[in-house]
Amino acid sequence: MTLKIGIDVGGTNTDAVVVDADGKVLAATKSATTPDPFDGIRESLSKVIADVDREQITQAMLGTTHPANAIIQRRDLERVGVLRLAAPASLGVRPGASWPKDLLATIMGPAEIIRGGNEFDGSEISPLDEDAVRRFAEKCAGDVAAVAVSAPFSPATYDHEQRAAEILVEELGADFSVSMSHRVGALGLLERENATILNASLLGVARNVVNGFHAALVENGLSVDAFLTQNDGTLMTADEAVRFPVLTLGSGPTNSMRGACSLAGLSDALVIDVGGTSADVGILVDGFPRESTAAIEVGGVRTNFRMPDLISIGLGGGSVVRVGENGVAVGPDSVGYRVVNEALVRGGSTLTLSDISVRSGRLTDFGDPTLAEGIAEDTVRAAMTWVDDQIRIMADRLKASRHALPLIAVGGGSHLVPDDVPGVTEVVRPNNHAVANAYGAAIAEASGTIDRVFRYEGPGREACLEEARNLAIEAATRSGADPTKVRITSVQEVPLSYVPGQACRVQVKAAGPLAS
Amino acid sequence: MRKLASDALDQLTLGATLLGTGGGGDPFIAKLMVQQAIEDFGPIDIVDLDELDDSAQLVTVAVVGAPTVIIEKVPSGREFTDAVRALASYMGRKIDAIMPVEVGGMNTLIPLAVAAELGVPCVDADGMRRAFPQIEMTTFTLGGLTSSPMSLADEKGNRVAFETTTNLMGEKLVRGSAMMLGLANALASYPMTVAQAKTAAISGSMQYCSDVGGLLRDVQRQEENAWDRFLEFTEGRIIFEGKIIDVDRRTTTGFARGTVTIEDFADPTRTMRIEIQNELLLAIEDGRPVVTPPDLICMLDFETADPITTETIAYGQRVRILGLPCADEWKRGAWLDVVGPAAFGYDVDYVPLKG
Repeated sequence: MTLKIGIDVGGTNTDAVVVDADGKVLAATKSATTPDPFDGIRESLSKVIADVDREQITQAMLGTTHPANAIIQRRDLERVGVLRLAAPASLGVRPGASWPKDLLATIMGPAEIIRGGNEFDGSEISPLDEDAVRRFAEKCAGDVAAVAVSAPFSPATYDHEQRAAEILVEELGADFSVSMSHRVGALGLLERENATILNASLLGVARNVVNGFHAALVENGLSVDAFLTQNDGTLMTADEAVRFPVLTLGSGPTNSMRGACSLAGLSDALVIDVGGTSADVGILVDGFPRESTAAIEVGGVRTNFRMPDLISIGLGGGSVVRVGENGVAVGPDSVGYRVVNEALVRGGSTLTLSDISVRSGRLTDFGDPTLAEGIAEDTVRAAMTWVDDQIRIMADRLKASRHALPLIAVGGGSHLVPDDVPGVTEVVRPNNHAVANAYGAAIAEASGTIDRVFRYEGPGREACLEEARNLAIEAATRSGADPTKVRITSVQEVPLSYVPGQACRVQVKAAGPLAS
Repeated sequence: MRKLASDALDQLTLGATLLGTGGGGDPFIAKLMVQQAIEDFGPIDIVDLDELDDSAQLVTVAVVGAPTVIIEKVPSGREFTDAVRALASYMGRKIDAIMPVEVGGMNTLIPLAVAAELGVPCVDADGMRRAFPQIEMTTFTLGGLTSSPMSLADEKGNRVAFETTTNLMGEKLVRGSAMMLGLANALASYPMTVAQAKTAAISGSMQYCSDVGGLLRDVQRQEENAWDRFLEFTEGRIIFEGKIIDVDRRTTTGFARGTVTIEDFADPTRTMRIEIQNELLLAIEDGRPVVTPPDLICMLDFETADPITTETIAYGQRVRILGLPCADEWKRGAWLDVVGPAAFGYDVDYVPLKG
């Protein structure tokens, strides 16, 4: 039987699991995250494979916050040249508009808008100005580590981006890095360009992470296929990840949700992850998190990534409970992980939701219940009512239909989740929920997406959707999915106003398990 | 005369998103254009109609095309100045100031960038004080002003000027030409003197937009009595609070149509239906029209009070629906034929929100 390793590098902990082909957890570990990715990954790996047959391990999946932290902390980012192929269109908004000043200063090298790009119907805005690309390459030589190239409607027509990249490589050398926007983002030129610039800037961080991952695998005697998890909870090969690190930025919450769902043996469910300070609720549809429609900011930069649609509130095991004239108030402040010392039941002096949970009988085996006996009945009732209301409202806000769904509760504070939530069929508390993130990485699948404008007039809606589905399936197969097991996981159609020919924006995603 | 600087833009943009009533294009791109224009040309002069000579020549400027195309083919800036110059040359007159045609959606902000680049002031007035899908749907039309001569331009230097017998014909020619010009175009239309504008424009609509944006920002920050102040200022009402239980979108030529159904939080037997034609146009509760055009229907996220655009409406969203009375300037002549329920094909009577 073949085995897979899943590793999740979070802000505090690095978790690892070994999973068999049936999804059973054979080993699980937690270690502290280290500044150098190599150290933490190596240590977790050696711990988690200590008692399993390493000959059986064929694949290793990594989810990491390193690229996200690099942007948030403005650390290890490389300087990038920015080339937009769009003139005379788009001159009204220059690259880097509305970026935080410190990030601009760190990243932005030469930036130009030159002639090129396409219209919505595929015709050229203007022919690509190849001479301008060469002049731009001259400016970049020796100044930047990579170039980000973008163009209007490149998700549909990308010849200009590709040709510009070829010229840049001719001029700057075969090992020079160019990030093309059509490989990075969806419709929305400015947001896609932003994502492409961030991507180019993260290439150094990505090389470091992936090299560290490979080295850790080799050092532990593992000769396996290596993958990283993406924002949408699916995989890309480590070699792809070196070129598209920006696509891994939001993988943490996604892995946690998918891991929770799979541990519970469900594919359509709500997931609540309650920690010490806050609770996140998301929804899985056919095994994938529903994605947010709002613009996502990364380090203060507006992008159009598809990220899980999550609602977070200040509700956790460490949330501070106050009794005042106007009744009982909970949070949003929290003692966080210090709840183990500061909660009343642990001999501390702060009334927390964990104390309330002990008094109401939801939390057992945590401190000395007699230390919480002094809390008034009214206070317990008021605080638990607040908790139950918040969880009910969050679950209700995310539900995709009136149809009731199960709720999967994970995380150290999940004892606060009541067994009965209105509109929820049952509350499921899976085993191994503490390593849901790493488990989510281990069971991740390969996927492919397309996001394009189709004109239904002529070929007809069904023929267009069929083409879109086929393109998504091809893309998933290219990323390593087993062609016999690929399935369509989502189809979205948004009709476009004022565009003739019954134009419709179609987004389709396909996913499937890795071909073994 | 007052100067508009970059730091006043957030409030104006939020107001413009609200008055866009779910449509009108994404004001975010327009805000970035205005920021760049201020960076390149300095703060923008905003003037009231009273501050200009009665003989001064005004023209409205707007982006026309498809919102989805505009987020890819971001404007150049040049198409707008080209459209204005083409119209000036066709008319043989100098343009003294720019005016928005609609204060609602991205066309609230575009004229500011154009005014900055042309070095003329922008007038605090418009012809809608909300967003509408067609260019003849203005108080200018009701006041007997013609939208032509008008000119349409693309970013490449293509320009067309035309005159039409009716403003509705002008709409048709603009739409047809825009399809051939890449669907992200600049329109200069409704040339008029200040004296004419005083008889037909909605004065102070930019200030209104900025004030409404500021009041909504207070609501979002959960400041004291923020809702009371918002509703008192707008004379509006919260007409429904609930959860979206159905979104039905239809592709028809030209317009994004659809129907949204919302269920009351407390009482599931109470539902509201909202009809969409690019904007949120008609609100019906239990078969009874509650808000009808030209009054405004605004959909806000129940928790954050962020305006929700029609493209991002989704099943399960928790929303608060506002009804805001339209500007008083609408109520003249054959106004219900131009922007009443019948103008959008709805077989219901206008139900005034106010009075």
